[in-house]
Amino acid sequence: MREITYANAIKEAMVQEMRSNEDVFILGEDIGVFGGAFGVTSGMLDEFGPERVRNTPISESAISGCAVGAAMMGMRPILELQFSDFVMIALDNIVNQAAKMRYMFGGKTHVPMVVRLPSGSGLGMAAQHSQSLEAWMAHVPGLIVIQPSTPYDAKGLMKTAINNDNPVIFYEHKGLYNSKSDVPEDEYDIPLGVADVKKEGEDLTVIATGIMVQRSLQAAEQLEKEGISIEVIDPRTLVPLDKETIIESVIKTNRALVVYEAVERSGYGAEIASLIGESEAFDFLDAPISRLGGIATPIPYNPSLEKAAVPQVEDIIEKVKSIVQK
Amino acid sequence: MVNNLEETIYSNQQMKKMLTDMMLIRSFEEAVEKLFQEGKIPGTMHLCIGQEATAVGACAALTDEDKITSTHRGHGHSIAKGAEIKPMMAELLGKATGYGKGKGGSMHIADLTIGNLGANGIVAAGLPIGTGAALASQMKKKGYVVLCFFGDGAANEGAFHEALNLASIWNLPVVFFCENNQYGMSGPVKEMVNIEHISDRAKSYGIPGFTINGNDVIEVAKATQEAVDRARSGEGPTLIEAETYRWRGHSRSDARKYRTREEEKDWRNTKDPISKFKERLIEESILTEKEFLEIQKTIDTEIHEAVSFAEESPEPSLDTLEVDIYV
Repeated sequence: MREITYANAIKEAMVQEMRSNEDVFILGEDIGVFGGAFGVTSGMLDEFGPERVRNTPISESAISGCAVGAAMMGMRPILELQFSDFVMIALDNIVNQAAKMRYMFGGKTHVPMVVRLPSGSGLGMAAQHSQSLEAWMAHVPGLIVIQPSTPYDAKGLMKTAINNDNPVIFYEHKGLYNSKSDVPEDEYDIPLGVADVKKEGEDLTVIATGIMVQRSLQAAEQLEKEGISIEVIDPRTLVPLDKETIIESVIKTNRALVVYEAVERSGYGAEIASLIGESEAFDFLDAPISRLGGIATPIPYNPSLEKAAVPQVEDIIEKVKSIVQK
Repeated sequence: MVNNLEETIYSNQQMKKMLTDMMLIRSFEEAVEKLFQEGKIPGTMHLCIGQEATAVGACAALTDEDKITSTHRGHGHSIAKGAEIKPMMAELLGKATGYGKGKGGSMHIADLTIGNLGANGIVAAGLPIGTGAALASQMKKKGYVVLCFFGDGAANEGAFHEALNLASIWNLPVVFFCENNQYGMSGPVKEMVNIEHISDRAKSYGIPGFTINGNDVIEVAKATQEAVDRARSGEGPTLIEAETYRWRGHSRSDARKYRTREEEKDWRNTKDPISKFKERLIEESILTEKEFLEIQKTIDTEIHEAVSFAEESPEPSLDTLEVDIYV
């Protein structure tokens, strides 16, 4: 199998869907000749033309609402925002409109749109271009929230997202765009609400999201050398969440640590921790459920400060040891 | 704008239909007001009494395939676009037989089967959504036009400016229809906008803009028809500003301290869209007083039936609470 990048995996899924379904189109800022802020759409204009690869003005409010209206009328728009931080300007259309319309209208419409949000820190882009606010989205009934951590998952989940009839928030980690893994050329989809056990282990379950999946796997390698075996679970989709896989794993390992990049306070990891605490896994716990998330600070510019603001591999190792060796 | 009925393109039957629709809207709103005062309508409601000509005139220019987006003050738009008043009334009472199965209420009445993409509780939200619906029409060569209703208050929202620009650069089949009823809740338009006409803003986006008398249903219909024709023939969007007046307060419990009773009286007595149009139709021998009374009688029966239907309809079952959140 060939290896491709996370960015190209996302593009490949979009291209394949656009080839097979003419209702699918993409709109966003600088996605045409420029190829998107992170190059994800590069070359798509040449294949599909400006009608279906719609370069928009810098108008997040209009283009997000436009996606909602087009989706209500039978299209399947993919909206690319340059940075997930810019979603604040589009939130009315996502939260007040897309997420609620079906419910408010008594089930008589649906809004099949995908909002692609490049998120996360680590690129020196400071406080307005580095956030991880997926918990905001996961809080809103009516939205599907996806957060892939590998090229393989990104491609399969993008296909699923495009074909889903609900508004889907698709978090892409900027720090993963150049990461590579085996990705089949053929189309495939990954169902929503199915977590992936990225590594099996015995002593503790790490539930990690986004770029923290890779960091947790690196931590697992180091810990293995010290005789600590951790299981790493990637939920892949936050809404819906695969509760069973998480609970079963914790019943097996008797310890749980949730690792996420977002500010630890009120982050999605708190949801996962509560879920474990309220489940049958509670009776099997040999240690309190722990969280390891970001410091409650705006993401700083200075590279050392930025690194210190979110969990790194060493932080995960240290945290795991503190739980296992207690 | 030509006001002479003889020069209109509308048949006597069409004009009677416009009058009837305006009367139906007013009677509907009066019934809603009464039900609200009786405590039968939860929350709040926004009445469009006094603004009937904008809803009816604008929708008269649309086909069944054309779409509208509406506002928080949307009962008139729904009726003018062809909604049935029974499920509307049921929705206002929160009943299972309502358009939204009792889950949306006054600010979220929609019926996509007749091209109503929904009232909206967020000011100016309908403009980008309507722009997107127009994009779908253009991309799939559907031929329908989208008309976005919004108020003078919405013209100061970013969404208004962004949507007009987007619709203009993409040459979309959309009509932006501003009902300038002089107040955004309590904010007088003259205090909130530092230009003479909201329609002047069209120039910034390279599209035509007009200000019209929004209480003259024929003037509204003709101006909208021109805009709809432009949109349908691929000439892009138009901004129409229709000047009108909301007779009632913004919503519940509005003491209307921000305007005078004299001003209200002037609009009611000299610019009532229904009585002015009725007088004209009678003058031109298109309508008789007797016919007018018959129309009102039929409407009264229809409203009575709608209220009974709503009152007798079941409450939504509690097990529908989590239904229709996702497809």
